[in-house]
Amino acid sequence: MSIPVVPEDVLPEAVLADDALTAPRRGRRQRFSQLSRRDKGVLGVMVGIPALVHILLVWLPAIFTGILSFAKWDNVRPIDTIKFVGFQNYWTIFTIFDSQLFPALFNNFVLIVWLFICSAIGVLLAYLLDKGIKGTRLYQSVYYFPVVLSLAVVGFMWKSVMFSRDTGLLNKLWPGGPIDFVGDQKKIITFHIPFLDSPLGLSRNFAALLIAMAWRHIGYIMVLYLAGLKSVDPSLREAAAIDGCTDWQSFRRVVFPALRPINVVVAVITVIEALRAYDIVAALGVQRGTEVMGTLVTTALTGEGGGRVGIGSAYGMVLFLLCIGFIIWYVINNFREQDT
Amino acid sequence: MSSKSERSPSPSEVGFHVFSRRSLFAAAGAVGVGLVAAGYGDKASTTPGTTPGTAAAAAGSGNPVSVGSNYSDEKPKAAFAAAIAATGVPATINTVDHNSFQENFNTYIQQPDDVMTWFAGYRMRAFAAKGVVGDISDVWAKFTDFSDGFKKASTANDGKQYFVPFYFYPWAVHYRKSLFTEKGYAIPTTWDEFKALCDKMKADGITPLAAANDGNWPQMGMFDMINMRTNGYDFHVSLMAGKESWTDDKVKNVFKHWAEITPYYQPDANGRTWQDAATALGKKECGMYLLGTFVTDNFDPSKDSGAQAIIDDIDFFAFPAIDPAHGQDAVEAPIDGFMMAAKPKDEAGAKALLGGLGGAPAIDAYIGLNPSVVAANSKAKTDGYSALQKKSAELVGSAKQISQFLDRDTDPAFASEVVGKALADFLADNSQVDSILSTVEDQKKTYTFE
Repeated sequence: MSIPVVPEDVLPEAVLADDALTAPRRGRRQRFSQLSRRDKGVLGVMVGIPALVHILLVWLPAIFTGILSFAKWDNVRPIDTIKFVGFQNYWTIFTIFDSQLFPALFNNFVLIVWLFICSAIGVLLAYLLDKGIKGTRLYQSVYYFPVVLSLAVVGFMWKSVMFSRDTGLLNKLWPGGPIDFVGDQKKIITFHIPFLDSPLGLSRNFAALLIAMAWRHIGYIMVLYLAGLKSVDPSLREAAAIDGCTDWQSFRRVVFPALRPINVVVAVITVIEALRAYDIVAALGVQRGTEVMGTLVTTALTGEGGGRVGIGSAYGMVLFLLCIGFIIWYVINNFREQDT
Repeated sequence: MSSKSERSPSPSEVGFHVFSRRSLFAAAGAVGVGLVAAGYGDKASTTPGTTPGTAAAAAGSGNPVSVGSNYSDEKPKAAFAAAIAATGVPATINTVDHNSFQENFNTYIQQPDDVMTWFAGYRMRAFAAKGVVGDISDVWAKFTDFSDGFKKASTANDGKQYFVPFYFYPWAVHYRKSLFTEKGYAIPTTWDEFKALCDKMKADGITPLAAANDGNWPQMGMFDMINMRTNGYDFHVSLMAGKESWTDDKVKNVFKHWAEITPYYQPDANGRTWQDAATALGKKECGMYLLGTFVTDNFDPSKDSGAQAIIDDIDFFAFPAIDPAHGQDAVEAPIDGFMMAAKPKDEAGAKALLGGLGGAPAIDAYIGLNPSVVAANSKAKTDGYSALQKKSAELVGSAKQISQFLDRDTDPAFASEVVGKALADFLADNSQVDSILSTVEDQKKTYTFE
């Protein structure tokens, strides 16, 4: 039999299926490489059904969104009233709604940078906790606690408990008088972009929102990384120690590179979290200054009395292209690593 | 919850606090009916003629008329079933959770029930222009109990009626009676009196105007009121219909007046929820608060013993006149009601039902079980009303024009994507009015108003 060409990530399932279906009946353990026709069928079904579901639920809607982004439709009149208008929707969002699109893109970009910083802090915390300091379990629970909450809930909590101008804890503790953490859209830092009328910048309320996101994201990454650290073969560290490495050096030069798969997962999660950000912004009321791509898509698409399908889809495609760009970069990179 | 905070609340989502023995009975009754209704699942059939009342003409074909309902909470659901029963027309009620009903209405209206619950204003007019709801002018021809304001609010662009009003809540300037008596404040009826009162409050160490704008809708009420007082109701309607330029001097004039009172605002309105501003009014930290009468919802007597006293102490007055030509004519009052499908399966039955729902017996039956609303019908019983409800009925009943609120009087997408953001920008920095308005005007041109 020929050596099967199976994508790496399907392997565990294939092995499981192989065990479950064949082992009890034939009473002998079949080698993975000896796939019978039946196994291939099972494999085909197991890969085929998810692939089909994926295409139906992810790719078809994505393609339709792409098509609708070139159209004008009010989402109420029959489908045959859809009018194709070429790139007009894109023209509209890039020129007339530029004061909404570019700040949103900028906020998404800020999120990517910020969440990478948070991820680094999470990794650092995991490193410290892994050293078995006193009360490790307590710290773990405390840092991990926010992760069990959805970002929307995090948003509601921070909005009313911490940020509220009249009753929030932060405002009671802040020495310089009350600050409107939720609504203040004044820019902390601004960047003048030549072709834009108004400068882009980080608004105060978005900065506050970043803090709330960090609260959850750091714990998330910490737990993920801690699990990875536990799985590192201790002999690696012993060897490094014998060779005269300090603790930090052995982490930096030995453990960190050994955890490459976890690092990749952390990087992917960080970028995806930053691009798909929506819930916490919505929970804080989609304030001016905090808009991200996700909120632009939904406000255009989900209005009653006539959604703006074309415009919303165009926003959606911009977001989609950003995500797909990242995914293509990641896949190419990954395959290149495997080849070498 | 998040979706709810992004638009102004519907009358069905908020109500008056009526905390009397009467409402306790009503709640008990609602539980009883609710159980019966639950037995039928989502399709609660009502038996005709079980409730006394003037039965409307029997339906043409004898088959029950189907009614799409967003009265999904227990109490309104039972009350609505009673209202349908009071019309005497056999009907099947298909209840959908009110949030999903609203969000999926675009899809729903393509294959609707014969009669459905909906809102007055642009939200009705848009669907009328699209031809997906039916003309019911002949039903209106028989109505005698609605004021002109209600008829105007039920009329679409083609001059025909497409909507039967059921109940509403008004927007007005709320204040605490005890504070006004204690300090000797008089109710202002003109803009100058209003500003003078603000000055007086400021001198007394009270923030004159409570202000919220979380969700970007609460301040739309202020824009609407100043606009209708300076430019009149007709200008409001055509501005909302996209027919006027936002860079027009008339609109700039609105912001000029507005900028005169923003110094009296609670600082940082943009991030404040309407509830927090209401709390400030309740504590007498702020003197006045322009909001819908649902402001009393913020005070819950079942959680706070002092709340009932605050609710009883809250009163309101109509927004002061700015231009004498328009006086205090227009009142802002979102209305809930009903529409008919463009091609109902049983047109005669649907129209008989709508005729019945516009009558006093139907709303009386509804209020019997859910007393927290104010009837649109002028002949409805008012003996169970609280003082605030009675005043609301008077205010709106005597109004020459009733507007629906900015996000109900224009394309909702335009309201949330463009105007709401512009108003928030204005509150953050009111020196940029010209550039804010030219952005609104540019973006407005990308919307197709009906």
